[in-house]
Amino acid sequence: MNTTALIIMVSTMLLVASINAYFFVKVWRTPPRPEPDSFDENDDEPR
Amino acid sequence: MSNNESWGTRVGLILAMAGNAVGLGNFLRFPVQAIQNGGGAFIIPYLVCFLLMGIPLLWIEWSMGRFGGNRGHHSTPFILDALDKRPFWKYIGVFGIFTNLAVAAYYCYIESWTMAYVYHSATGTFDGLSQSQVAAFFGNYVDVFQSTTGIPFEAIIFFVICLALNTFILSRGLHGVERAAKIGMPLLILFGFILAFRGLTLGNSGASAEHPTASAIDGLNFLWTPQFDSLSNPKVWLAAAGQIFFTLSVGMGSIQCYASYLKTKDDIALNAASAGFMNEFVEVVLGSSIVIPIAAGYLGLDWVKENAGFGMAFQTMPYLFEKWGPFLSTIAGVMWFGLLFFAGITSSLAMGTPWMGFMQDEFGWSREKGAISFGTIVLILGLPTVIFFSQGVFDEYDYWAGTVSLVVFALVETILFSWIFGMDKGWKEINMGGDIQVPVFYKFVIKYITPVLLLFVFLGSLLTPIGNNWQEAFSQLFSGNGWTLDNGSIVKQITSAGLREQIATATDPATIEALKDKLLYISGARILLLSVFTGIGILVYIAHKRRLKTGGVA
Repeated sequence: MNTTALIIMVSTMLLVASINAYFFVKVWRTPPRPEPDSFDENDDEPR
Repeated sequence: MSNNESWGTRVGLILAMAGNAVGLGNFLRFPVQAIQNGGGAFIIPYLVCFLLMGIPLLWIEWSMGRFGGNRGHHSTPFILDALDKRPFWKYIGVFGIFTNLAVAAYYCYIESWTMAYVYHSATGTFDGLSQSQVAAFFGNYVDVFQSTTGIPFEAIIFFVICLALNTFILSRGLHGVERAAKIGMPLLILFGFILAFRGLTLGNSGASAEHPTASAIDGLNFLWTPQFDSLSNPKVWLAAAGQIFFTLSVGMGSIQCYASYLKTKDDIALNAASAGFMNEFVEVVLGSSIVIPIAAGYLGLDWVKENAGFGMAFQTMPYLFEKWGPFLSTIAGVMWFGLLFFAGITSSLAMGTPWMGFMQDEFGWSREKGAISFGTIVLILGLPTVIFFSQGVFDEYDYWAGTVSLVVFALVETILFSWIFGMDKGWKEINMGGDIQVPVFYKFVIKYITPVLLLFVFLGSLLTPIGNNWQEAFSQLFSGNGWTLDNGSIVKQITSAGLREQIATATDPATIEALKDKLLYISGARILLLSVFTGIGILVYIAHKRRLKTGGVA
């Protein structure tokens, strides 16, 4: 594999994977909003 | 019956949104587009278009959905109506239901192929078949009057099973969709990683006697070697914009529908960015590492250059997996077609929700009734694509519903959001409840750059020059020789110019007859699509009248 192709491939994949991971982890770590919110995982009673 | 459904978890919502975007095109369209448009250099216009058109469109559609949902609307006709009171917007919103029904009609058919191929991979149908026999198997499969394995009307049976599964999951409501995404997306990524790892580590161990120099690395090298001179070609930029557009499932109305179940204070800025980048991860990282390297590893680069396309998934991959021995080939086949199936079903489920949301909101239908009616409509609309596949009905649906409608609707909704609803209000909507602050320059991008890019994509499709050669077309135009349209341009497609040319130049009476038949089937498909659009328009009109009578807002 030529060097330019390798650099472009690795840098593109790392960039996209890192940003994806950053956003997903941020979603994961953000504490849920106080009720009432849009999600029923933390509801007292099922809707 | 009130529509008070909700998402179970935030991660579930993001996986469902990402699943909506991730489709077969991530694995089959992206690498082919890259190869045909500058190799590694393609990633530059691709990422530029993602940042300037893709992400802004996601924010627009999520915001519109949440805005409409908080006013009790879960489909685009009345979501658009809520943004501006002029009466025609609700009829423009018909696109957001029509496109989903029409695309689902042929998309579920492709999805049923993947389901059938999982079955055939697991049962060893492809064992010992040559490359041409595997390719011929596909041709026999889509010919409903031939049976590949003794099951009569096999393509129709798998299509019906696939629709029944979609209908069942949709009848469970948003929680059913969310559960499917929570199972489907991780498995898709896992299968993708395993196949990509196998592809990348193949080296030239799989080279056959016919292709002794074949190497998987050659495929990667071919895909990623940049041809920087291609960046000056408008065709490459239009291809990149088109790829971003289609990969994100924007312009369909399904994103608005999913987002309409969010509350005002819930984040959309981070959610939309997360779902968008998850799609990009699957496309760029996994999509480029499976089909092309594996095909190059066994069949050589020359074969890939000549044959790269959508058909490789079904006509080539089962043959290549056979090289891995009986056990591994079964596993690989199940993983590959399972991966495509998960990519397909998480998208087709999203296509069902706008219709269901509309009928629940406006006519008080239960979700079960909505799901069954969706399955029935898709079956009726889809059967012509199954039975008359080789007569061009499938392609006609794909062109008008899966290509033209999306671009038109996205362009119009962007103008509505940023210019008529107003960018100040729109910006407030995007950032309301946000867990991230959207960079302020996006206010400019959404108002000016995104609509202009969409306009270019639309004009590029409307007036595609002959051979898609833009440089030559502009040179001819400035030399005073006019603009010669390609038969693939919308203008020429309306009159079926390409097909009519074929009829005019054909000499064999049987060929002329077959082409005339094709023209007839294509016209029938267009009438059917137009009838569906009109029918939804009439339903919107009736819903509007009902709202007036009951003192509703519309």
